[in-house]
Amino acid sequence: MAEKIVYQRPKSWVEGVHSHYCPGCTHGIIHRMLCETLDELDIQDITTGVAPVGCAALMYGYIDTDFIEAPHGRAPAVATGFKRIRPDRLIFTYQGDGDLASIGMAEIVHAANRSENITVIFVNNAIYGMTGGQMAPTTLLGQKTTTTQSGRDPLRAGYPIRMSEMLASLASPCYIERVSAAKPSHLNSLKKAIRKAFKNQMENKGFSFVEVLSTCPTNWGMRPTDACDWLVNNMIPYYPLGVFKDFD
Amino acid sequence: MAKTLMKGTEAIAEAAVQAGCKYFYGYPITPQNEIPEYMSKRLFEVGGVYLQAESEVAASNMILGGGATGERVMTSSSSPGISLMSETLSYIAGQEVPVVVVNVVRAGPGLGGILPSQSDYNQATCGIGHGDFNLIVLAPGSLQETVAMVQKAFDLAQTYRTPVMVLCDGVIGQIMEAVEIPEGHGKNLSHPEKWACGYMRERGGKRNIIRSLFLDPDELEEHNRKLEAKWHEIEKNETSCEKYLTDDAEVVISAFGTVGRIARSAADSLRAEGYKVGLIRPLLVSPFPYKDFETLIPTCKHILDVEMNWGQMIKDVNRGVKYRLPVSFYGRSGGMCPGVEEIEEECRKIFAELS
Ligand SMILES: Cc1ncc(C[n+]2csc(CCOP(=O)(O)OP(=O)(O)O)c2C)c(N)n1
Ligand code: SF4
Ligand SMILES: [Mg+2]
Repeated sequence: MAEKIVYQRPKSWVEGVHSHYCPGCTHGIIHRMLCETLDELDIQDITTGVAPVGCAALMYGYIDTDFIEAPHGRAPAVATGFKRIRPDRLIFTYQGDGDLASIGMAEIVHAANRSENITVIFVNNAIYGMTGGQMAPTTLLGQKTTTTQSGRDPLRAGYPIRMSEMLASLASPCYIERVSAAKPSHLNSLKKAIRKAFKNQMENKGFSFVEVLSTCPTNWGMRPTDACDWLVNNMIPYYPLGVFKDFD
Repeated sequence: MAKTLMKGTEAIAEAAVQAGCKYFYGYPITPQNEIPEYMSKRLFEVGGVYLQAESEVAASNMILGGGATGERVMTSSSSPGISLMSETLSYIAGQEVPVVVVNVVRAGPGLGGILPSQSDYNQATCGIGHGDFNLIVLAPGSLQETVAMVQKAFDLAQTYRTPVMVLCDGVIGQIMEAVEIPEGHGKNLSHPEKWACGYMRERGGKRNIIRSLFLDPDELEEHNRKLEAKWHEIEKNETSCEKYLTDDAEVVISAFGTVGRIARSAADSLRAEGYKVGLIRPLLVSPFPYKDFETLIPTCKHILDVEMNWGQMIKDVNRGVKYRLPVSFYGRSGGMCPGVEEIEEECRKIFAELS
């Protein structure tokens, strides 16, 4: 009887490597969805990734495409510089909330506003993972981090920024959707969104932005499954899933 | 192209286009605005890209991404804007991406003033960003030389895969002179398929990663060793200096950029009065032509360093002459330019003391 393969390493995942992500961290799931998309659209060898500064800084160790490393927050500008010269190639950025919504706020807003024909994967885990759990612009009210030890207080630290909604207020971007990586039932939409964000670029439709709600069990101080529940119970109510803009 | 009367900033832009640069990313700042303005029209004509970035931070990152294609890319700015680019320039050097940055220096610190200055010599030659790296810095003294240096900057950037700065002052930017802009060869000297992004398909699935992150100290030291070896190669091959009437000169004026040109006039008229004066002018201020300065030791009695700042190059002059010659300084700051007579007067004083 012929064997039926139900699960295997995506071709775009670098052979023989395991990621450095903490156990249960959903960065890994998002990476996998990205690789599957590159495989299915057969675009691995015409795609360049722009790596962020954050826990995903070493993502080129796992995803087998060309890569440019960007300074903290500047990935959209790096991608812009590349894509304007090579419109025949695809480019994506993969950025955390510190990277994209704090230090890189200007670059993401202006890339969106020019509707650069790029794909942005925005990993919102409501914390600075890499530097050890400090407050992010997306940290929820009351959420404890190493720099908001009694919980985020809006009087001192403002309110969490909803990036998808904010970018959707601009006239130019093509596609903006928020999805989640926390539950198996979320993964279909996650994959579909990433796929669409690349398809848009292939069809020269312009700026496509996928915000992925993601966990950081280590810095949230939770077991991985509890982190997934916490995301569903606390993040989704404030960051509702859905499509905020779609030019289709 | 025939000799035409052009403004400095426009000559810079056209020289870049003739050198095959089709991609420009930048942010407005006086006194270099005519460069992006010219490019916004001109690059359209040659099928290139002009993009006004949201800031110099973004512009520098756009040339990082643009440079990662292996094509000839540039930005231009002036002092405060260059400060904003410094983090990226460190990445660009570490990631070995060829880019050209034109810096039309204005007077600082802070917002300072928009008039000519050389007050960013230190920043350009030894403080452009964090980490152990060097920037190639060319310092033109006339418009024709600026044209040549802008074109050469692209060759240097691609030959060594490194950021290159053309350090001008506002005089160069704003002066009008007759210049001839040669058609550069425009040839890509960097073999992009070997290292740039966007060639994975052509390379049969082999990818390129452009990065400066090496968490393993052995690996980072190895990378830095490679950068250092490259710098020694650059020092060996590219160091360049003009020496004018220095063979028998008792007093040698050291100066770079526009001041070199002013000092040359001073040297000429002092010679006519019988004073043995010469001029030494680094054409590249980084790598610095220390050896050329060393050759002055046997004959020269005194060096007068003249700059449009409070004496930033003087440490390199002293190092060049191995601290064996007296070096004095004359400079102006804040947008003031040392005049020919002022320099002559300084020289006469030195001769009076020598005799
Ligand atoms: C200019 C600069 N400032 C600060 C840092 C330190 N830093 C590294 S990662 C990071 C935050 C990363 O958080 P996020 O973008 O949310 O990514 P995550 O690790 O959570 O995936 C910071 C502040 C840096 N590398 N560069
Ligand atoms: S620190 Fe957080 S975001 Fe980073 S790998 Fe660990 S769990 Fe994931
Ligand atoms: Mg984060």
